[in-house]
Amino acid sequence: MAKSPDQEHPQKAFGWAARDKSGLFSPFHFSRRENGDEDVTIKILFCGVCHSDVCIAKNEWGFTNYPVVPGHEIVGTVTTVGSNVKKFKVGERVGVGVIVGSCKKCESCQQDLENYCPQTIFTYNSHYTDGAKTYGGYSDMIVVDERYVLHFPDNLPSEGGAPLLCAGITVYSPMKYYGMTEPGKHLGVAGLGGLGHVAVKMGKAFGLKVTVISSSPKKEAEAIERLGADSFLVTSDPTKMKAALGTMDYIIDTVSAVHALFPLLSLLKPNGKLVTVGLPDKPLELPIFPLVLGRKLVGGSNIGGMKETQEMLDFCAKHGITADVEVIRMDYLNTAIERLAKSDVRYRFVIDVASSLSQ
Amino acid sequence: MAISPENEHPVKAFGWAARDSSGHLSPFKFSRRATGEKDVNFKILYCGICHSDLHSAKNEWGITSYPIVPGHEIVGVVTEVGSKVTKFKVGDKVGVGCLVGSCHSCANCKDDLENYCPKMILTYGAKYYDGTTTYGGYSDIMVSDEYFVIKIPDNLPLDGGAPLLCAGITVYSPLKYYGLDKTGMHLGVVGLGGLGHMAVKFAKAMGLKVTVISTSPNKKKEAMEHLGADGFLISRNTEEIQSAMGTMDGIIDTVSAVHALLPLIGLLKTNGKLVIVGAPEKPHELPAMPLLMGRKIVGGSCIGGIKETQEMIDFAAKHNIVADIEVIPMDYVNTAMERLLKADVKYRFVIDIANSLKPF
Repeated sequence: MAKSPDQEHPQKAFGWAARDKSGLFSPFHFSRRENGDEDVTIKILFCGVCHSDVCIAKNEWGFTNYPVVPGHEIVGTVTTVGSNVKKFKVGERVGVGVIVGSCKKCESCQQDLENYCPQTIFTYNSHYTDGAKTYGGYSDMIVVDERYVLHFPDNLPSEGGAPLLCAGITVYSPMKYYGMTEPGKHLGVAGLGGLGHVAVKMGKAFGLKVTVISSSPKKEAEAIERLGADSFLVTSDPTKMKAALGTMDYIIDTVSAVHALFPLLSLLKPNGKLVTVGLPDKPLELPIFPLVLGRKLVGGSNIGGMKETQEMLDFCAKHGITADVEVIRMDYLNTAIERLAKSDVRYRFVIDVASSLSQ
Repeated sequence: MAISPENEHPVKAFGWAARDSSGHLSPFKFSRRATGEKDVNFKILYCGICHSDLHSAKNEWGITSYPIVPGHEIVGVVTEVGSKVTKFKVGDKVGVGCLVGSCHSCANCKDDLENYCPKMILTYGAKYYDGTTTYGGYSDIMVSDEYFVIKIPDNLPLDGGAPLLCAGITVYSPLKYYGLDKTGMHLGVVGLGGLGHMAVKFAKAMGLKVTVISTSPNKKKEAMEHLGADGFLISRNTEEIQSAMGTMDGIIDTVSAVHALLPLIGLLKTNGKLVIVGAPEKPHELPAMPLLMGRKIVGGSCIGGIKETQEMIDFAAKHNIVADIEVIPMDYVNTAMERLLKADVKYRFVIDIANSLKPF
């Protein structure tokens, strides 16, 4: 008979899990493996709530294995290090993001692109090679191979820094890869949520002119006055959209609902690049003429490798970039998720795990 | 009353035009402007038949004004040059492709990307700077601003070289721009027609491994033995496609009908690039997940600028690359168009203008 989650491994752990596609969370006892030679055990302080956590909790992508403990924007302190661990010491503040394992041998892994390894092991809802399920950061502690742990820069606050581990790298990586870093160029950011607001901040740090493209006019004042965007474009305003045609060098599209690409492609200059990082659950319609006549492209990107994630954290520490967060208690989680579904958050919930997760 | 095409300009010209959306071509008298100080006037020897000529003749894109004289793969011999022309002289072998004008002042023009100039003037069916209609190469003579004239090297055959001016540059430009030009890379080519066969030849000359992806099994032998392709996949054979997943650095997609992009995206390695140069009249469906999960891109490309077109012609001359063609007389053109619709040509028709275009 299969072992129950709390007996599967030697170290006791406690968190909140979703048990079915209602996506409702409730307390959950489980266990973690013994700290191995390459491992680091981390007491979790904070964990960001990513929209992907909700999609998985509700089985919107069809591959959830219940019960699931989400959470891949984890900040904590090291409590144990394995005998071969070189990079970390007890007491240090660290982060864990979306990946906790990869094959380490393939071309992607060898190029520090563990995020494109065909055998990536995700922080939650995934399996280790020995078959053990992975559980994420809505919990009190986690054991991770040191390769997949990040140093958390001293001057980066835990609460505001946690979301960088997924939202931050998800926009930083394509901005570097697709060359969206030349000062003076014009970046459009479609969607102003967890990903979008970090993209605005990074865009400004790269010296770009940034325009937020949104369906909600009420986000304008915030975008310009607080986040530092240079302008704001409401997609349902035909006059403003027309005036902005062919003005952008690149667009990061963070919108996760199915939406029309044609208006976004039209905003690009010739040779412009539209990079999509949102994950709609159905295919999008791709009109070919704008691509061909303007030599434009649509690209994708998925988080980033470990080396680049560390680079991103250091970049954010240097430029004072953190996410705008609303810190919540663990037992507020279900309400937070309802609000997240209505985009009612500026711009990431972060669970104060250490102070509020009690058995 | 509007001036008739014959009397619009001082120099008499003769060609074949489509007069309505049946696309049927027939003899047509018109005229060309006098050779201006920056113009080159040349006698047309050959003109390639591009599938775009057919789309335009039948008004499939909804923008055609009749009568239309198609043809934008034009080669010939210079007969007259304007007083300020510096690059050409009488007797030179020259060509004109898809463009005869642009604004020369926008950022694209300054980057030698006249093909992305918002005011670019197409060789046929467009309005020239003086407001008159442009007529293409299914005709006896051509007058063009020297800026848009391409020099044809002596060792490049004119008949096989003509299709390079559209088909050639259409595939050469994205191979360079998207970095799919490095020895040892693996390129997929979807569709084996005018564009596709040129992509195979250019890519082989650049040292790439090339796999043709096609719906027609009967093109396999030709692709591998004659064009030099290294592999051939039947797109409807799911096993063959499965076995090639994640093996290609890039794919040039020349197919002009709507078709599934998902299997093609799957054939790409991580960071792979799917470049679309065929233009279907309806949108494709784009699944976002596979793009994200492999950091892949879908990009487009449209012909090339003049500087790059010259570079491509010189590259082709150096590597002895010409199109595979079937030379036809002018009065065969309507039959050729019907055969082109059925993809019944290996791989471009080229009209032998000089020997078969006779004024009535």
